[in-house]
Amino acid sequence: MGEEQKWYTITIYSENTVGLLNRISGIFLKRHINIESFTASKSEIDNVTKFVIIICSDESQIVKITKQIEKQIDVIRAFYHTDEETIFQESALFKIKSNLLFDERHIQNIIKDSNAQIVTVSRDFFVLAKTGRRPEIDAMYDALKEYGISQFVRSGRIAVTKDSLMISKLLNQLQE
Amino acid sequence: MPLIEKKNITGAEAIIHCLLAESVDLVYGYPGGAIMPVYDEFYKFSDELRHIMARHEQGAIHAAQGYARSSGKVGVAIATSGPGATNLVTGIADAQIDSTPVVCITGQVPRHLLGTDAFQETDIVGISTPVTKWNYQITEATEIPEIISKAFYIARSGRPGPVLIDITKNAQFDRFDLTYEPCTEIRSYKPVPVVDAQQLKDAAAIINAAKKPMIVWGQGVILGEAEEEFKTLVEKSGIPAAWTVLGLSALPTAHPLNVGMVGMHGNYGPNVLTNECDVFIAIGMRFDDRVTGNLATYAKQAKVVHFDIDPSEINKNVTADVAVLGDAKETLAQILPLIEPKSHIEWLSEFEKKYEIEKNEIIEKAIRPTKEGLTMGEVIEGINKATKDDAIIVTDVGQHQMKACRYAKFTRSKSNITSGGLGTMGFCLPAAIGAKMGAPDREVVAVIGDGGFQMTLQELGLIFQHQVPVKIVVLNNNFLGMVRQWQQLFFEKRYASTEMTNPDFIKIAEGYQLKAQRVNKRKNLQSTIDEMIQSKEPYFLEVVVEQEENVFPMVPSGASVSDIRLK
Repeated sequence: MGEEQKWYTITIYSENTVGLLNRISGIFLKRHINIESFTASKSEIDNVTKFVIIICSDESQIVKITKQIEKQIDVIRAFYHTDEETIFQESALFKIKSNLLFDERHIQNIIKDSNAQIVTVSRDFFVLAKTGRRPEIDAMYDALKEYGISQFVRSGRIAVTKDSLMISKLLNQLQE
Repeated sequence: MPLIEKKNITGAEAIIHCLLAESVDLVYGYPGGAIMPVYDEFYKFSDELRHIMARHEQGAIHAAQGYARSSGKVGVAIATSGPGATNLVTGIADAQIDSTPVVCITGQVPRHLLGTDAFQETDIVGISTPVTKWNYQITEATEIPEIISKAFYIARSGRPGPVLIDITKNAQFDRFDLTYEPCTEIRSYKPVPVVDAQQLKDAAAIINAAKKPMIVWGQGVILGEAEEEFKTLVEKSGIPAAWTVLGLSALPTAHPLNVGMVGMHGNYGPNVLTNECDVFIAIGMRFDDRVTGNLATYAKQAKVVHFDIDPSEINKNVTADVAVLGDAKETLAQILPLIEPKSHIEWLSEFEKKYEIEKNEIIEKAIRPTKEGLTMGEVIEGINKATKDDAIIVTDVGQHQMKACRYAKFTRSKSNITSGGLGTMGFCLPAAIGAKMGAPDREVVAVIGDGGFQMTLQELGLIFQHQVPVKIVVLNNNFLGMVRQWQQLFFEKRYASTEMTNPDFIKIAEGYQLKAQRVNKRKNLQSTIDEMIQSKEPYFLEVVVEQEENVFPMVPSGASVSDIRLK
């Protein structure tokens, strides 16, 4: 209690098994902690899955949670890091009606200024993709909002750590 | 273990071979639609593998838990899908929090019906996830050998716990060629941390320098089968040692350095002196809130040395100055040569002085009462006498449990079996059945309150059918006594839903054709207990006890252990 609350990135290397996601999310549920973002993907190691979870917490709690995650049978290793210790990005897609691109000239400036990509353009709609930090995506959202956004989606945070995690070495040892 | 190969057998038959390969000779369960192929194999293999049918799946799992706790082996419980599986959940949660090795096998609807809300379909893997060490759904017969071997390995290794394997019906019917190899390693799972020599040195330095040290040990000593190493450590270091409820019986009650129980209804000395010791050595215990009371005022003056097998327990509730990770049997054996022989006579006398106070204020009145009404404590004392302190005592949850933990005496380990962490009423009767079958040479006495008894009394049917010679003592005060005690102390005696109109328990026991006696006079108590213990058959004893007796000492919920109340 009283400890500083901040954003933490939990990185998990695990087997790719049915139900593990449920098991990990249950650790947060049991402690009444809201998950800000949760992504699962392949990792840099063959046949090893990576989860990246973002939560707001304090250090003593994040240590305990990381240990509880690592205790799960199918989890190989779990780590936690602060924002300063990671390189992180989010991605967003904006679907917008095509006529706006021509009627509202300002949209073209927004696309240029925000370094967004045009993913597709059709007669009815076009889709913009933006990768960056949360404030950049939020700024682009706010700028486009007044012209009408048909659909918007933002991914969870993906992150890599500045320090090496030594996980490949660990797995090599196990597989030898 | 031998490698097993069988050609062209069904999944159901394979399950039996896998269980036999894991040295299972006894399982508890209850049949039903989605597990019928396995039951058909139980029928065929009944000479090699005994299946004991409970009267409710909760009874089956508690029996498996009792079996595991008394034998040190993995208990096995089997149920069908849907309600059969959900009825196991309380026992699974109990096994999880008390680190009991149990493997549960549940039937499931055929794979093609998964997710269709088929008859008796329930997502037991989802439901059991937070309360299992591991679980898995098998949907193809070929998965059976690998998953069952993993299940047993995970349940028993490291910090033990429950594993649930859900097996769809098609996987039980399908034929395949079985090859069984026991699991010895899982790449993502390191059950026992490697002992760190530096941690041992640091711990030994603190222990050797201590002036007023105390040890509190938990079930880790029993699960690690480290009783001998532990006793040697206690004797060599001369350090007074107190126990948690689940650690009870790892060191004989009469041992001169055994100073009693810590926690809410623990002994006066070890609770108060927790806040006076200079070094607190925790061995295989997890600082449960019922042990620590208010953490903000718990052992703050002491350096804490924490031995545990589970890294997630270190600094979870109490910050350790030194943590020693590893299996207690290894860590204790390895620290022994580093420990200087000492005796702490003056410090030990502090415990003795506090014990004298508690004895005069509480213990004498509890076990040798002079008032007319029978007390729970004197019944426990009577059981001690009749069994020469050598029985396995199985308890339920509540006042009788705390009285039994306080007053039952033990000479051997694995002799106190109770629902500690979860506090599961209804645990005792089925767990006592399992305890007796897991340790058939031991006397097993089930001590139960009238409330908890009525939660699983249907298992008298199992006792009757299989003539399991457990001795059942129901301490009947016509109240949910512990809740009533809290209502008396903290809710101004508003006895909401704690008074019970009970049936004639003797008639119920006699309905199951058990020998049954009721005692409500002191003069008949010891002779009836003696008769019960001498009986070779199951025996039911109801003792009508004082209605409004309380358990003291007591650390009120949220208070400091040094504010323990004697009345």
